[in-house]
Amino acid sequence: MEVYLDHAATTPIHPEVLVAMQPYFTEQFGNASSLHKWGREARKAVDLAREQIADKLNIMCREVIFTSGGTEANNWAIKGVAFTREASGLKGHIITQKTEHDCVLNACKWLESRGFAVTYLDVDEFGMVNPEDLKSAIRPETFLVTIMHANNEIGTVQPLKEIGQVIKTANPAILFHTDACQSFTKEPLNLKDLNLDLITINSHKIYGPKGVGALVVKQGTKLVPLLHGGGHEFGHRSGTINVHGIMGFGKAVSLASPEKNRHMQTLRDHLIKRVLAEIPGALLNGHPTQRLVNNTNFSFPGVEGEALLLRLDAHGIAASTGSACSSNTLEASHTMMAIGRKPELAHASIRMSLGWENTLEQMDYVVEVLKDEVKQLRSMSATWRRE
Amino acid sequence: MYNQKVMDYFLKPINMGDMPDADGVGEVGNVVCGDVMHLFIRVGKNPAGKEVIADVKFKTLGCVAAIATSSIATELAKGKTLEQAMAMTNQDVVRELGGLPPVKVHCSVLAVDALKMAIYDYLKKQGRPIPEKLEKEAQRIRKDTENAEAHTHPHVE
Repeated sequence: MEVYLDHAATTPIHPEVLVAMQPYFTEQFGNASSLHKWGREARKAVDLAREQIADKLNIMCREVIFTSGGTEANNWAIKGVAFTREASGLKGHIITQKTEHDCVLNACKWLESRGFAVTYLDVDEFGMVNPEDLKSAIRPETFLVTIMHANNEIGTVQPLKEIGQVIKTANPAILFHTDACQSFTKEPLNLKDLNLDLITINSHKIYGPKGVGALVVKQGTKLVPLLHGGGHEFGHRSGTINVHGIMGFGKAVSLASPEKNRHMQTLRDHLIKRVLAEIPGALLNGHPTQRLVNNTNFSFPGVEGEALLLRLDAHGIAASTGSACSSNTLEASHTMMAIGRKPELAHASIRMSLGWENTLEQMDYVVEVLKDEVKQLRSMSATWRRE
Repeated sequence: MYNQKVMDYFLKPINMGDMPDADGVGEVGNVVCGDVMHLFIRVGKNPAGKEVIADVKFKTLGCVAAIATSSIATELAKGKTLEQAMAMTNQDVVRELGGLPPVKVHCSVLAVDALKMAIYDYLKKQGRPIPEKLEKEAQRIRKDTENAEAHTHPHVE
């Protein structure tokens, strides 16, 4: 049996998405900026996709600015806002938190090297930011808060509503950005309710193609472009429009549904319940309830993550790990360390992220393989003592 | 990333297990860096009367490379005289496996270190003198273990 459980890394393109994209590779290949029929057809496709995404978020079409993906959108949100400060001769202070995606953390670090101040808030054992901590971190010169919606490794969903209230009560001029790459279409996301100014979303985690994402920019938000050129995307982001990619993104968004989310949640709960009940010592990483519908993340003491991952792979199961051994830096996952997991438990973590096409039978198969492989790896482990 | 031979040794490790009555035990690595290896040796004599590694077992907590290198290192060590076994390098282990990804080469050092520490432990238990070279190696290995603990830290302070 083959079971793909790495949807937080990427999903396949849904067949309907592929069908929607296909004409834009060949017959309708026009440049969306051209005035002729080919160009107009391409423009129509982009407008439709923009509308599908705007509808989902209950915002205006002009507030959706397409990018090459989540990394670009996060970099642009953070640097673009910071550059507006620099343009007026100021630096200032940014607040983020320790379990953000590397693209957020590294963009912030780079700004630190240019003279900006950055606060990296701690999280609790479940990966949750405390809005009170945020409140006390806000300074007069704070101009941006960037807190992810849901964590890519452990799935913890941040209390964005409370965070938004804290920010805007303290100072309405502070901009609020969230990286919603993992949560988009899975968790309710509303610009106004959450007091958000900027949202990063992307396509390839929701059955759309890779290489396309968007930054939602609330009307009136000042942002310096990263890419200068022909003034595409309302002057915000130059570069020939990725018509087929955007068409696929829009289609993917339209396919997402509460039923699919419920399906993933059912599988998630089944998997968590069985693993915790049937594998001795198994620990759930992340929040027990405030958690993405498709995320599971376990640590199995006495088992190293990469070894387990490749044992699962040999049984046709795809997962991922926060173990240092799987990274080029040989450092354990910063998220695992931030939630206070000891290094040996951080190295022992395995993420299994679910998708629409997964089934209950697959979950049962995965549990059986896990039980057996964890047992085997523990039997050869130098640190695991038999119960 | 890993070649087939590495995967074979990882999926079906040879010489894996305990040896309760071992003549020497080498324990290296630590849980902080992610790899812990215990290597057990039984010492016998070859027909020429020289001391050899008669049997060897290992237990490893670690990644694919850590498990594969420990397994093949035990295989290489078996039958060797103590002098030959002490002279084994991590390059021997990597070569025998047909190569490792560059970032994983350090795992092979662990396997060879565990073997050296097992021989060290054997000689100590016998009350025999430790060759100067092995004494130096043992000092380095203990230091490496401490450093590995000090080096692990989260990305963001």
